[in-house]
Amino acid sequence: MNYRRFLLIAVPYAWLALFFLVPFLIVLKIALSDTAIAIPPYTPTLDLSGGWAGIKAFFQGLDFENFVFLTEDSLYWKSYLGSLKIAAISTVLTLLVGYPIAYAMAQAADEWRPTLMMLVILPFWTSFLIRVYSWIGIIANEGLLNQMLMGLGIIDTPLQIMNTPSAVYIGIIYTYLPFMILPIYSALEKLDGSLIEAAVDLGCTRAAAFWRVTLPLSRPGVIAGCFLVFIPALGEFVIPSLLGGSQTLMIGKVLWEEFFSNRDWPVASAVAVVLLLILVIPIVLFQKNQEKAEEAGK
Amino acid sequence: MNRKLSWFNVTSLTLGFAFLYLPMLILIIYSFNASKLVTVWAGFSTKWYGELLRDQQFLDAAWVTLRVGVMSSTFATILGTAAAYVMVRAGKFRGRTLFSGMIYAPLVMPEVITGLSLLLLFISLGLDRGIVTIVLAHTTFTMCYVSVVVSSRLMTFDQSLEEAALDLGASAWDSFRLVTLPIIFPAVISGWLLAFTLSLDDLVIASFTSGPSSTTLPIKIFSAVRLGVSPEINALSTIMIAIVAVGVITASLVSKRAIQRQRAEEQVGNRT
Repeated sequence: MNYRRFLLIAVPYAWLALFFLVPFLIVLKIALSDTAIAIPPYTPTLDLSGGWAGIKAFFQGLDFENFVFLTEDSLYWKSYLGSLKIAAISTVLTLLVGYPIAYAMAQAADEWRPTLMMLVILPFWTSFLIRVYSWIGIIANEGLLNQMLMGLGIIDTPLQIMNTPSAVYIGIIYTYLPFMILPIYSALEKLDGSLIEAAVDLGCTRAAAFWRVTLPLSRPGVIAGCFLVFIPALGEFVIPSLLGGSQTLMIGKVLWEEFFSNRDWPVASAVAVVLLLILVIPIVLFQKNQEKAEEAGK
Repeated sequence: MNRKLSWFNVTSLTLGFAFLYLPMLILIIYSFNASKLVTVWAGFSTKWYGELLRDQQFLDAAWVTLRVGVMSSTFATILGTAAAYVMVRAGKFRGRTLFSGMIYAPLVMPEVITGLSLLLLFISLGLDRGIVTIVLAHTTFTMCYVSVVVSSRLMTFDQSLEEAALDLGASAWDSFRLVTLPIIFPAVISGWLLAFTLSLDDLVIASFTSGPSSTTLPIKIFSAVRLGVSPEINALSTIMIAIVAVGVITASLVSKRAIQRQRAEEQVGNRT
């Protein structure tokens, strides 16, 4: 092995180990520490300077106190469940909004497709924060939507959308829509149109052909899109904190507040560890789905 | 399929793109509103742009953001390209599984966790929080995106070109520099742009890793919009949307032309 090859591997490796892996182990360590009123605000239970005896003492004193605390205070499990529920509902809603768009894009003439693609991707390059913010002026109590509906005489009192879970759904659908459209579009684009024609020729109605041919064949794209929305939505912070108000419990926001407002590092770290354990399941399923799709494509 | 779209498809495209673009369009329109009340239209005015340009705090934050963006995306591009090259070309080495895990994991990691863990690292290293720590943090999470973009290009190009260069006596480094790099260069550039955009846009990781003297633009925007809609933020958003729109449209025109040229060259090559 020459030294250039060694360097090429070693530099990014060392970087990721130092700035990704090690921080993670620190989170784990602090999650197992005791909360203290000090700077930094925790008492480490693992003391490496004590050598082997320190490690032994660490394992003997291991009480998972912070994790027990997470199960005792209903705020935490309600937030985890709240995140799961909001992420699941908004994934389904994004699918319902995104599928017809992806379908129409795949039906469009060839010369239109690059433009339509660009129109879907363009918002992704615009600031996430600004895209979330743009909804405040629309759905606020004195916002444009309520003004319009009241001006038309449809409602008398403003609809309370802002600071409710509905606002979070809107925010998630809006910001993650491209992640749903693109995989579905790429599945539908590959679809052989003659299959539909064959189904219709054999006596299927258009709707039945869609239901029995198009939809099953676009399934890998649908599944990929759902995971690409569900996974980031689960740990979302910006959307619930700008649109969700204080009543919408999501775990990303709880972690942030635990760290910045309560300055409770061990509990914030424990929240992070549990969130990650929850995330492992959809991530592994997503990976499996991608591998299957790749094999099918070969 | 060049048939006409059915009314259903036309409707879903129209509604879909209206949904994607109307909120931003409204934002842009209201940035020219003379009234401080954001929901009442009081005539056309560009005064909020003036206010924004006189706001020293915003200018400082923009300058910090720009410096962090350029530095972190440059480091991320170098490291990410190296990582992609290792993943696709270096073959087997000890710890490869861990390496690929560390490249893909940050892509799905919630930002709150990445931010928290990096902050705890910087504190245990005794690093003062400031521009340096934001650059380190942004380099780490954006290099993974760069390596995904670059490795997908590396996987599709004809490896025999590299082998030919090596057979003809080029060193591994020369073959990378003279053959591989020019071919993957468009992917490296889009990797850089992606890293730069992600860095400009990041609120959560920057909030954890920044110090009091190094507020970035997203942090500034976030603390302003928490209090509600503000016309200054509308003006700032309009500027940012305009920059992105011009950038993306230019990039897509350039790449379209590059593809056309490549096709033309291939046709010429086939004929001779």
